[in-house]
Amino acid sequence: MLAEVGQFALILALLLAVVQAAAPLWGAHRGDGVLMAVGRQAALLQAVFVSLAFVCLAWLYVTCDFSVALVARHSHTTQPLAYRLAATWGSHEGSMLLWVLILAIYGGGVAFFGGTLRETLQARVLGIQGVLGAAFLGFLLFTSNPFLRLSPAAPEGTELNPLLQDPGLVFHPPLLYLGYVGFSVAFCFAVAALIEGRVDAAWARWVRPWVLAAWIPLTAGITLGSAWAYYELGWGGWWFWDPVENASLMPWLLGTALLHSALVLERRGALVSWTILLAILTFSLSLVGTFLVRSGILTSVHAFAVDPKRGVYILGILAATTGLSLALYSWRAPTLRSGALFQPLSREGGITLNNLFLTALTATVFLGTFSPVFIEMINNDKISVGPPYYAKTFVPLAIPLLALVVFGPMLNWKRDEVRKTLVRLRVPAIVAGVVLLAALAFGGLKGVATAGALALAAWLIAGSLMILARRWWSGRAYLGRAIRTTPRSIVGLVVAHMGLGLLTLGVTGVNAWDSDKVLNMNPGDSVAFAGRTVTMTGYELVEGVNYQAKQARFAVKGPTGAYDLRSEKRWFPSAQSQTTEAGIRVGPLGNLYISVGEESEAGVIVRMWNHPLIIWIWIGGFAMSIGGAISLSDRRLRVGAAVKTQPDPGKVGAQPVAAE
Amino acid sequence: MRRLLFILPVLGFVVLLGVFFAGLGRDPRALPSAFIGKPLPAFATAPVRPGDQGLANTDFDRGEPVLLNVFASWCGPCRVEHPVLMRLRQQGVTIHGLDWKETAPAGLKWLTDQGDPYTRVGNDESGRTGIEFGVAGVPETFVIDKKGKVRYRHVGALTPDDWERKIGPLMEQLRKES
Amino acid sequence: MRRLLSLAVAVALLASPAAAVNPDEQLADPALEARALKLSKALRCVVCQNQSIDDSDATLARDLRIILRERILAGDTDKQAVDHLVARYGSFVQLDPPMRLDTMALWFGPLAVLLVGGIGAAVYMRGRSPARAGALTPDEEAELAEMLKSEEAR
Repeated sequence: MLAEVGQFALILALLLAVVQAAAPLWGAHRGDGVLMAVGRQAALLQAVFVSLAFVCLAWLYVTCDFSVALVARHSHTTQPLAYRLAATWGSHEGSMLLWVLILAIYGGGVAFFGGTLRETLQARVLGIQGVLGAAFLGFLLFTSNPFLRLSPAAPEGTELNPLLQDPGLVFHPPLLYLGYVGFSVAFCFAVAALIEGRVDAAWARWVRPWVLAAWIPLTAGITLGSAWAYYELGWGGWWFWDPVENASLMPWLLGTALLHSALVLERRGALVSWTILLAILTFSLSLVGTFLVRSGILTSVHAFAVDPKRGVYILGILAATTGLSLALYSWRAPTLRSGALFQPLSREGGITLNNLFLTALTATVFLGTFSPVFIEMINNDKISVGPPYYAKTFVPLAIPLLALVVFGPMLNWKRDEVRKTLVRLRVPAIVAGVVLLAALAFGGLKGVATAGALALAAWLIAGSLMILARRWWSGRAYLGRAIRTTPRSIVGLVVAHMGLGLLTLGVTGVNAWDSDKVLNMNPGDSVAFAGRTVTMTGYELVEGVNYQAKQARFAVKGPTGAYDLRSEKRWFPSAQSQTTEAGIRVGPLGNLYISVGEESEAGVIVRMWNHPLIIWIWIGGFAMSIGGAISLSDRRLRVGAAVKTQPDPGKVGAQPVAAE
Repeated sequence: MRRLLFILPVLGFVVLLGVFFAGLGRDPRALPSAFIGKPLPAFATAPVRPGDQGLANTDFDRGEPVLLNVFASWCGPCRVEHPVLMRLRQQGVTIHGLDWKETAPAGLKWLTDQGDPYTRVGNDESGRTGIEFGVAGVPETFVIDKKGKVRYRHVGALTPDDWERKIGPLMEQLRKES
Repeated sequence: MRRLLSLAVAVALLASPAAAVNPDEQLADPALEARALKLSKALRCVVCQNQSIDDSDATLARDLRIILRERILAGDTDKQAVDHLVARYGSFVQLDPPMRLDTMALWFGPLAVLLVGGIGAAVYMRGRSPARAGALTPDEEAELAEMLKSEEAR
């Protein structure tokens, strides 16, 4: 019953999306206030019905309704509740429904909160959002229906892949999708602006918060994914340049460029066509990512089941969406107002350079991911691109970018002078220099690369803190007041850029100083490793909720004290698969990572790793996300957008009263 | 001039679309053999059938196109493709076999139980011989021409459909070659 | 230069050490084992989804790890050992794509994007600098004269 309700809700949502697409676009063209209002209502209703469908599917999963094919394939009565619920988006069809849900909710958000927008702009944004919604709802209903019945109903389900039965599944996909789909709002704004033929400060003031709202969860989702892979996969890797990982990194890189570009547009009215292009491309990369995961064009541990029919449909959506918007861009963008001028040495100039590097980095990841497809087409030879390629191309481009990050916030708008800028950067430079010398003294000339990387991290952290220091130390007497009145957008900036520095620190530490050991051990054996003594204290069979495991226990004595670690090899009988759970001791200076392997005649194979400073990678990532959230909470960004005037029903595009 | 710059993104995208579209039809897991157009490397394997000669690279290059089928009794898809191989043998196709990563007695038991379509069959207990010409798993079937050169590698079970669409016509074409 | 690059690669290789190698596979000589480790991280497990032979538990990955170590023990250089596997499995087995004519775009693309973008941005900004504003056209001059006259008249 519930499955039918869900399916019906989706069909209604599709019809509403079509209405939402057609009515406001036509209404904006004709200046018809009624049609434009219809668009808003349709958007709100669409959100309601897709939510209903999603709740239905989630309920079916939680109650283990095995008469629905999807539930039977990914759930099991012994599966814990949290994972029965999270399995809702653990499959292609379910995750597609999550995608459509977030799309509808964002559309509803623009309808609900967009009261201060120019009416025709809001109408056009909703119209394009409606087109996207209709396309994806169509995809869902015609090729990936989550509510298909299984007849006869299965008595028991096939369990969700054990690797996915983890808190990570509860958060990782929703966060990522909030990001991917969130960029659709910026996309809709960009296309609406192209249709309207104008971009003004009000537009920028609206776009930046929505871009930030998408960027924050995407950053958090990617960081979470990396941390999840680290502790789940059992060998301590945290980034694999897997095609699907790259599919999340590309919109993130370009989305960061978009964020900074929108900042310039809002503050100075410059970089107009560049911001619009970035908005189109960022969302297009989200779509490319969706295509990649579901079409079977590339192999990946993340990929859903391959179905060429679905691939063709998504490719069609991608072709229409990106193709038409880029065509519109090539036609209309040259006529857009150019925007304010600025000198190369200025904050705008710095951000332009930042965007350039981010674009080159995105291109690098893109080339690495898709070249195999391209080259196979040309000469039928299969090549493969893996981590070594990215180490040689991505890293050399990222390093100058990281160094430049500190310059940006220190530069004045419009134009600045070389000497003054260098003076401002005295303190961070000194800090970085000291770190460099100390690292060289410690590591010798062989550790030049490491010393440089550490200095870079110090440069980033000191440079970010310098921004606050400059504000707070300018008037000593009013220090307390200076701290209290620091705008949140500045605090957010500092936290985010510092997060980048912490990330650099973590990556440097784990790459420069990691070590490992693999050996056979029996209970009672001891081994010295990385300044610690590891003793195997036991090896036995344990039972879990839905698995059996061989568990190895270790007693570790290290500089921080004595503690126990466990590592298991789990066997899931209903899913017929095995996972390795590692024992990890987390610490600010480094992690000890122990993983138990197969049994041999000499004992059990035990692998242990020392990962110095690795925790800072994820602390840095989450700090970036938190910085973004702090910035988003700045009320100045939300107050003061253009005040809406009542449009004449017969006139097109009423003029707003700008509240500068 | 500026106008031209704005057209670049959409042009680039159209090219990209073409690549994606073409890529859809391909199997990302398909692995072309590194030996296409080249003869098999020199190898010799022990026999599986008692009193037999085993399989060596000199068994190819005998003036007719042949199939080289890599199999094992522990492999499920091999069981699926076996009847197809028996049928092809009946139709006169010469098939040589490589018994991969198991002992000769295990391979012999397999042939006794399932039927023996092989003209020559050799045992590769360590799996190293197979690795010498790029075997990645079982089952795999190589198409080898009159001159002993590898022309095609089929990964996975050989279905009647595969024979009809790809391998059969290829063998025909190779027979007609000088 | 090559050493600097390989240094950068060693530092920046975003993978952890020895993931799936067994104790019985490891070479006795730590220097040789370190070479084997570095090489196996750059070789793809062809039956897996996107893992190196060092990361993968598959039997073929184990076989290739052992063969690689045999080649190193036999005295092969790094390039020879890798070529041995490439001869059998094709360039697909290298996670580091080869430097060939058709992979030029792959290797030089990133830098090209940066340079072309940089040049494009520079040209664009040069074309819009205030210096280009130049002198007023005759129409604008007349307009200005008119405005000044009406101001004076007040």
